[in-house]
Amino acid sequence: MGAEAARRNWVAHAVLLLGVAIFAFPIYVALVGSTWDAATIGRGSMPLVPGPLGVENYVQAWTSGSGERVVGAPVGGMLWNSMLMALVIAFGKIGISIISAYAVVFFNFPGRMFFFWMIFVTLMLPVEVRIIPTYQVVVDMGLFDSFWGLTVPLIASATATLLFRQFFLTIPDELVEAAKIDGAGPIRFFFDVILPLSRTNIAALFVILFIYGWNQYLWPLLITKSKELETIVIGITKMIGTGDSQTDWNIIMATTIMAMLPPVLVVLFMQRWFVKGLVDSEK
Amino acid sequence: MAQVELRAIKKSFGDVAVIHGVDCPIADGEFVVILGPSGCGKSTLLRIVAGLETQSSGDVVIGGKVVNTVEPKDRNIAMVFQNYALYPHMSVRENMAYGLKVRGLPKPEIEAAVARAAKILELEKLLDRRPRQLSGGQRQRVAMGRAIVRNPEVFLFDEPLSNLDAKLRVQMRIELKQLHSQLKTTSIYVTHDQVEAMTLADRLIVMNGGRAEHIGAPLDVYARPATTFVAGFIGAPAMNLVPGTLVAGGVAIDGTKLGVAHPAKTVTGADVTVGFRPETLHLDPAGPVALLVTLVGALGADTLVHGRMGGPQGPTITARLPGVVKVREGERMVLRVAPEDIHLFDRATGRRID
Repeated sequence: MGAEAARRNWVAHAVLLLGVAIFAFPIYVALVGSTWDAATIGRGSMPLVPGPLGVENYVQAWTSGSGERVVGAPVGGMLWNSMLMALVIAFGKIGISIISAYAVVFFNFPGRMFFFWMIFVTLMLPVEVRIIPTYQVVVDMGLFDSFWGLTVPLIASATATLLFRQFFLTIPDELVEAAKIDGAGPIRFFFDVILPLSRTNIAALFVILFIYGWNQYLWPLLITKSKELETIVIGITKMIGTGDSQTDWNIIMATTIMAMLPPVLVVLFMQRWFVKGLVDSEK
Repeated sequence: MAQVELRAIKKSFGDVAVIHGVDCPIADGEFVVILGPSGCGKSTLLRIVAGLETQSSGDVVIGGKVVNTVEPKDRNIAMVFQNYALYPHMSVRENMAYGLKVRGLPKPEIEAAVARAAKILELEKLLDRRPRQLSGGQRQRVAMGRAIVRNPEVFLFDEPLSNLDAKLRVQMRIELKQLHSQLKTTSIYVTHDQVEAMTLADRLIVMNGGRAEHIGAPLDVYARPATTFVAGFIGAPAMNLVPGTLVAGGVAIDGTKLGVAHPAKTVTGADVTVGFRPETLHLDPAGPVALLVTLVGALGADTLVHGRMGGPQGPTITARLPGVVKVREGERMVLRVAPEDIHLFDRATGRRID
C-alpha cells in the first residue's frame, strides 16, 4: 500500500472514529450519570468520570424503581413486560404475515389481488390515523388494560407481508411443481420448503420487529392503566417529574441503560445469523 | 412401467388455443421425444401429462387408466425440470428422499432406494452436499435421481439438458440413453434440440403451432417428413425448400427441371414446394442444377456451398459436399440430385405428396 493510500485510509478512520464518538457520547453521559447521586446531577456539576453509587442506583432501579422523591414501578417488572410485548409482537407479525403472503402468492382464489391491495393500502395509513378507532374496537372487545389489548392490535403488518411476498415471488414455479409431484400438499410444502428458505428473512424481520415492539410508546400509553402492565418506555417517561417535583436523574439514567440492553443484545446476537445467512445463501 | 395414451388433447388459455388436438399412443418402455420450436405447445403438452395443467378437452391415459382428474402425485410419474428445481436447503440425499418421505415409506426402504439411485447415477460421494455445491451436470443427475427413486411408471423430461454447456450436454445425453436402456421406463422428453431428439428418441413427435405435424421414428421423420415445417426443422443444414410446378415426368423450378421418382397423383401444373436435402446434391457436370455460388463455408469434413439456383434471381439453396471443394463466390457449379431424394409438398397445405 502506498503512502498516499495509507494517508487516505487514516483520514477515513478519523472520520469514522469521530462519528462513533458523537453517537456514543450521550450514552456515555447516561452511563456516568447512573453512578452519581441525584443532587450532584441536579446541581449541573456532574463530572465526566464514573461516581461511587453505581451499584446502589442500579439495585434501587431494579427492585423499586423509586428514587428519593418519585414513586416508580420496579424496572425488573417493566423490562419483563416490554420483553413479552416485543416478543409477542415480533413473532405474531412474522407468523401472520408469512401466512398471508403464502396465501397471496401461491394460491389462486377469487379476490386474491383485492386482498393483496387491501393489505398494501394499510401501509399508507400511519398508526396515528387509525389509533382512535382501534382504541374503540379494543375497548369494546373488553381488552382495555390487558396484555392482549396491548399486543394484538400491533400484530397486523403490511410491511412484513409485502417483504415475504417479494421473497416468495422469487421462488421458481418449478420448485412448487416438483413438490406437487413429490406429493407434498400446501401445508407440508410450507413447513418443509418455504419456512426453511425464509430463515434469513425471518431473522432480519425479527430484529426490526422486536425493536419496533420494544419502542412502542403511544399505544401502551393509551391502552394500559395498571402498573402491572407498564412497559419500560412508559416507565421512564413516568419517572420524569413534572412541575415542581424534583427528578431522580440517577435512577432514570440507570433505567435507561437497562432499557437499552435487550434490543442491543438482540441486534448483537442476530447479527451473527445475518452474516451466516448472507455467507451461505441457500438460493 | 406403463403405456401412455394421449387422446385428442386440446388446451386453451382463455381465448388462445395452444394445443389443437394431439393423439398419440406411447408404448410401454418407449422413449418418445416431443420436438418443436419455442411456443409450439410441447411443454404444455408434457405438463398436461404430468397433471400440472388441465387440458381443455381430451383424455390422458396412463397404464390403462384415464387420469384427467388425478393429482400429479397420484399419477405415478416423475418429472425432471430444465432448471433442476432441487430443494436448495436440502442435501442431495434429502432431495432424493423427499418424495418417498412424504409418501410415508419406512426409513430403511427410503435409504435403500436412495442408495440404489445414487449408485446408478454415481452420486454416492455427493449425497451430503447441498445443490449449490454441485456443478450443473451434477445437479441434473440429482434431479434424475429424485425421479428414479420413486420408481415411477413414466418419466417426464422438460428440456432437462438446456441449461448445460454443449460438451456436458453430449455427455448427459449418452448417460440418459444408457439410463433408459437400463431402466426401460416409459419416457416422454421435451426438447427444441433436434440432435438430442434424433439421438434419444425411439419415436419423435414434431410439434408446430399446437399440432403434432409428424409422429414417427427419427429416421422415418428425416427420410419422409410429413410437412414442409418438419422437412425444414429436422436436419442441419435445413432441407432446401423451393417453389416449383409439376410438369410431365418431373418438377420445374424457375426453368430448372428435376426428375421425380414417384410420379405424383396430382395434376400437372399444380403448385408444389420442392424439397431436397443439402447432402443429396452432388457435383456432376451433366447435372440439371446450375448454381451461382454466393457463399462458401468450408467445415473440413464437408463444404457448405450456398448459392442461387438457375441464375442470379433464382431461389437460394445450400449444398453440402463431402471433403474440400475448391470453389469461390461468384463462380458457377453444376450439381445433380437423384429423383428419389426429391420431396414434394402441396404448396397450399404444406402436406407431403407421394
